[in-house]
Amino acid sequence: MKVRRRRHTLLPQALLLPAVALFLLFTVAPGGYAIYLSFMKQKAGGGLFGTDNPTTVFAGLENYRAAFGDAEFWHSIGRMLLVAVVGVPATIILSTTFALCLDAKRARLVGFSRLAIFLPYAVPGVVATLLWGFMYLPATSPIGGNTVNYFGSHMVFFSVANVAVWGVLGFNMVVIYTSLRGLPRELFQAAELDGASELQIALRVKLPMLAPTLTLVTVFSLIGALQLFNEPTTLKPVTNAISSTWVPLMRVYTDAFVDNDIYRGAAASFLLIVLTVAATVAANTVLRLVARRSER
Amino acid sequence: MTAATTGTASRAAAGSGGTRPGGPHRTNWIPTIILLVGAVYCVLPVVWIVIASTKTNSELFSSAPFAPSFHGGFFSNLRALFAYDHGIFTRWAVNSVIYAVGGATLSTIVCGCAGYALGKYRFYGSVWLFRVIVAAVLLPQIMLAIPQFLLLAKLGMTNNYAAVILPQLVSPFAIYLCKVYAESSVSDQVLEAARVDGASEWRSFLSIGARLMTPALVTVFLLQFIGIWNNFLLPFVMLNRDNLFPLTEGLYGLLIITGGQAAQYTIVIVGVLVSIVPLAAVFLLLQRYWRVDLVSGGVKA
Repeated sequence: MKVRRRRHTLLPQALLLPAVALFLLFTVAPGGYAIYLSFMKQKAGGGLFGTDNPTTVFAGLENYRAAFGDAEFWHSIGRMLLVAVVGVPATIILSTTFALCLDAKRARLVGFSRLAIFLPYAVPGVVATLLWGFMYLPATSPIGGNTVNYFGSHMVFFSVANVAVWGVLGFNMVVIYTSLRGLPRELFQAAELDGASELQIALRVKLPMLAPTLTLVTVFSLIGALQLFNEPTTLKPVTNAISSTWVPLMRVYTDAFVDNDIYRGAAASFLLIVLTVAATVAANTVLRLVARRSER
Repeated sequence: MTAATTGTASRAAAGSGGTRPGGPHRTNWIPTIILLVGAVYCVLPVVWIVIASTKTNSELFSSAPFAPSFHGGFFSNLRALFAYDHGIFTRWAVNSVIYAVGGATLSTIVCGCAGYALGKYRFYGSVWLFRVIVAAVLLPQIMLAIPQFLLLAKLGMTNNYAAVILPQLVSPFAIYLCKVYAESSVSDQVLEAARVDGASEWRSFLSIGARLMTPALVTVFLLQFIGIWNNFLLPFVMLNRDNLFPLTEGLYGLLIITGGQAAQYTIVIVGVLVSIVPLAAVFLLLQRYWRVDLVSGGVKA
């Protein structure tokens, strides 16, 4: 079978061409353009208000200095982190708990619960936020909006995180459950014969073996949290608790489209991309170390 | 089945000081109750919106939250929704379908082809290319939305269907999934046999490779469909004409317009309901075809 094992073919290159072209056009080029813009600024032109023929000139690190020196930028990052601190662990803990319960012996109503918990994934984020907005609003709230101020200065972080958790819980649960079903059953039976209780099997046998999947789910949740935009933007019209610069992406949007300073917006969005990549790499490394340690 | 085969084992465990009482047919209450609480949490807002959509505006603020109304509020709300601004809601729904079906179809083709090429062929630069694409998983697509807008605006290409569809076609995760799946499921022997039979590379890709990859392609299609249907930021920055809006944008616009006046809440509520129902139906119908194990399987590789 050594006869011309690989014929000369350009098929793989042809198959890759659309993906590579689109990747260059819509990922690499915009990224590069944003970096370019972040080092530029608008120079006032002639005329009464300096608006005639404005020119773009090199600004050096001015936009970055402005972003770094701006307290509101750091506040927006702080708010995003607060939502993440509430939302990410809640997502992981709840979805893992539900997955373990689905896998538990003699649990009932498993099919129904699985579908019900998965349902919010089919609800678009904006629509989910509108839904929860009505749940939070005192005028319409079925969950005690008259007694609980869901938009209070501390509560608002939980309210926003809740919407995000509600939306992704089911998807994560199914991912974890699927990988749980793929584990060798004999191990659990062996542990059972050794006298381990259902709870002990879940915590000491199943959970450690889920480590790679939990790593993936955590990294995805983290990336999701750093991109927080839909929920606060959609809640903004119904409450004063959320400003137009509440989280970094809203801030970038406001810079670029409301204040018409695309250069500052570009600098801030490039900073965010750097932060996201750094956070993802860090989370991946830490979780891998933890997983390795728990294997020993 | 598991309960039957391990029944004796669990009884043995109970006998040796295990904490679980009972035989194989007894309900395990703790996980069941936890699951039910989770189910109620996830379904509650949807149940509420179904009930709220039956109410007239005054009933919305006066009647008990979970008591449905039968005074014809539902149909008058629906009529008001579809009559709003000369029926623009229908237009938004059609737009959503165009974006999601068109985008997901094209994306499945683009990512499927790329995944197959990376999974089944080794050529100069292929390993390197794959690494770059996998690294792009770290790049949040959504954060690129604003630079994408700036670039497209520079080229005068915003405010049309392509501006929303094109940036979403390449999904690093989908390419990764297709590559891993092609490697494991499209066997070299079968391809070799086709070659010996004189099939061209193109032909063996179309009639063997593509067919064997169907489960991965269906999964990619559904992931992309939901992703595009739910995307908010990209249309939000790319479009400023409301006849191009997808449902999400449209409903958000409705909320802003009606934000100050509670009198319009019923339109938004029934709009939310109408936008959930079709997707939830498609979703429940197709849920056994799409393979989440492919999604989680990626980490084991």
